[in-house]
Amino acid sequence: MAEVRAEMVANVWKVVAAEGAEVSDGDTLVILESMKMEIPVLAEGSGTLTRLHVAEGDVVQEGDLIAVIE
Amino acid sequence: MLNSVLVANRGEIARRVITTARRLGIRAVAVYSEADEGLPFVAEADEAVLIGPPPPAQSYLDSGAVLAAARRTGAAAIHPGYGFLSENPQFARQVLAEGLTWVGPPPRAIERMGDKINARNLMAQAGVPVAEGTAEPVTSADAALAEAARIGYPVMVKAAAGGGGIGMSVVRDAGGLRAAFETARTRAERFFGDPAILLERYIERARHVEVQILGLADGRVIALGERDCSVQRRHQKVAEETPSPGVDATLRGRMLAAAVQAGAAVGYRNAGTVECLVDGAAGDFVFLEMNTRLQVEHPVTELVTGIDLVEQQFRIAAGEDVSFDEAAVQPHGHALELRVYAEDPVRFLPSPGTITQWEEPAGAGVRVDAGYAAGNPVTPFYDPLLAKLCVHGPDRDEALARAREAVAAFRITGPRTNLPFHADLLASREFSSGDYDTSIIARLRP
Repeated sequence: MAEVRAEMVANVWKVVAAEGAEVSDGDTLVILESMKMEIPVLAEGSGTLTRLHVAEGDVVQEGDLIAVIE
Repeated sequence: MLNSVLVANRGEIARRVITTARRLGIRAVAVYSEADEGLPFVAEADEAVLIGPPPPAQSYLDSGAVLAAARRTGAAAIHPGYGFLSENPQFARQVLAEGLTWVGPPPRAIERMGDKINARNLMAQAGVPVAEGTAEPVTSADAALAEAARIGYPVMVKAAAGGGGIGMSVVRDAGGLRAAFETARTRAERFFGDPAILLERYIERARHVEVQILGLADGRVIALGERDCSVQRRHQKVAEETPSPGVDATLRGRMLAAAVQAGAAVGYRNAGTVECLVDGAAGDFVFLEMNTRLQVEHPVTELVTGIDLVEQQFRIAAGEDVSFDEAAVQPHGHALELRVYAEDPVRFLPSPGTITQWEEPAGAGVRVDAGYAAGNPVTPFYDPLLAKLCVHGPDRDEALARAREAVAAFRITGPRTNLPFHADLLASREFSSGDYDTSIIARLRP
């Protein structure tokens, strides 16, 4: 199981992947936006995206859980 | 002179404008979002009005809220700073329609220069050199391929309505063009609400050099020297200096004359900046775009000329003469600006957070334009600029030495900052030699 966490305080601009989808290492799951910069959040490992904790428009804090890949 | 002004901006530039307004006896009104309540610019204004929640669209970009604040406080003028509403011709027209003074260029000049394709065509007609590129918006990937084949690779793909490097990319062959075109188009639509894309010949090893112009109340346009802005990451400026180490007297003369021509061609008034790319190898330059507002890096020009550019903006807006003798402007020494960003100093990723310690450097030739102080939160809603560390010295070596000391003495804790990057930049042989170009950061941070 791999947990994907936010590296910084940011707004969730776009949710790219869907819960339940098969993802590969390096796939873009979510795109965050902070300080006018887009920051793609990538899958760290391959597997099923069992949980997606954020929705577009959410604000995440550093360390917040974004997704779980199993 | 104006008796009051509302500053429709935030952070360091709002504070900068408020400082000059107050020095001139102009009542300064700030507007702020809920995220910025504790920032110095709010405290230093004579009056401050909360205009909305943190997202820019609901506060600093909400023209209705800004105009309502102007009415409520009886402000006689609006200074837009840079970014936000500063290059929005509809907003400038609304300001004028309310009977207020717009501290900026005529809306028509903003409009004509705002679209980069239109600006390029206009400049070519006015006899200002432009790079080979598209004369009309490129609307499909296939059209982009055809245009790029005509122009010749490498090409720069960018949004016609763009700014801040958003959606821009360099493409070296046909293979990468389709993806670059689609990315630029998506971002152009999202950030600027206009999908128009242009392609331009990309000049390798170019320097990014811009000329400060002032369109005077009597209609004349003057140039106040150049600024070298080649130190960039993600096509955004990080450090600037004047004079440019890559521009000799002959080239400078030609660039300043072209910038005056560019301003005159659109009936320019107030402060503006003509950006160019300098091809060092060829000793030549081309027009890139015009910024129809006060530029972030204006302090370096102020340091070498002794001219307060914001004061000139107020004077010109009020229909008055500038405060100096235009024929006798003689720049002295060398000035640098280092943009202190809330970002990690290696990958340059945003680093919001609350500032727990803030100690500014001081000393001969040091000027700090800061937007924050200890205790302030740095939020993800706005750009990462915390402060501009500016230094002036009798020559470039002395300015660099003062900059190194000032960087070492600047203490900020809380958010990570790029101060360690500035220390590396100032220590690098490439920057110290003056012989650098827009790829310098790619070489320093491979």
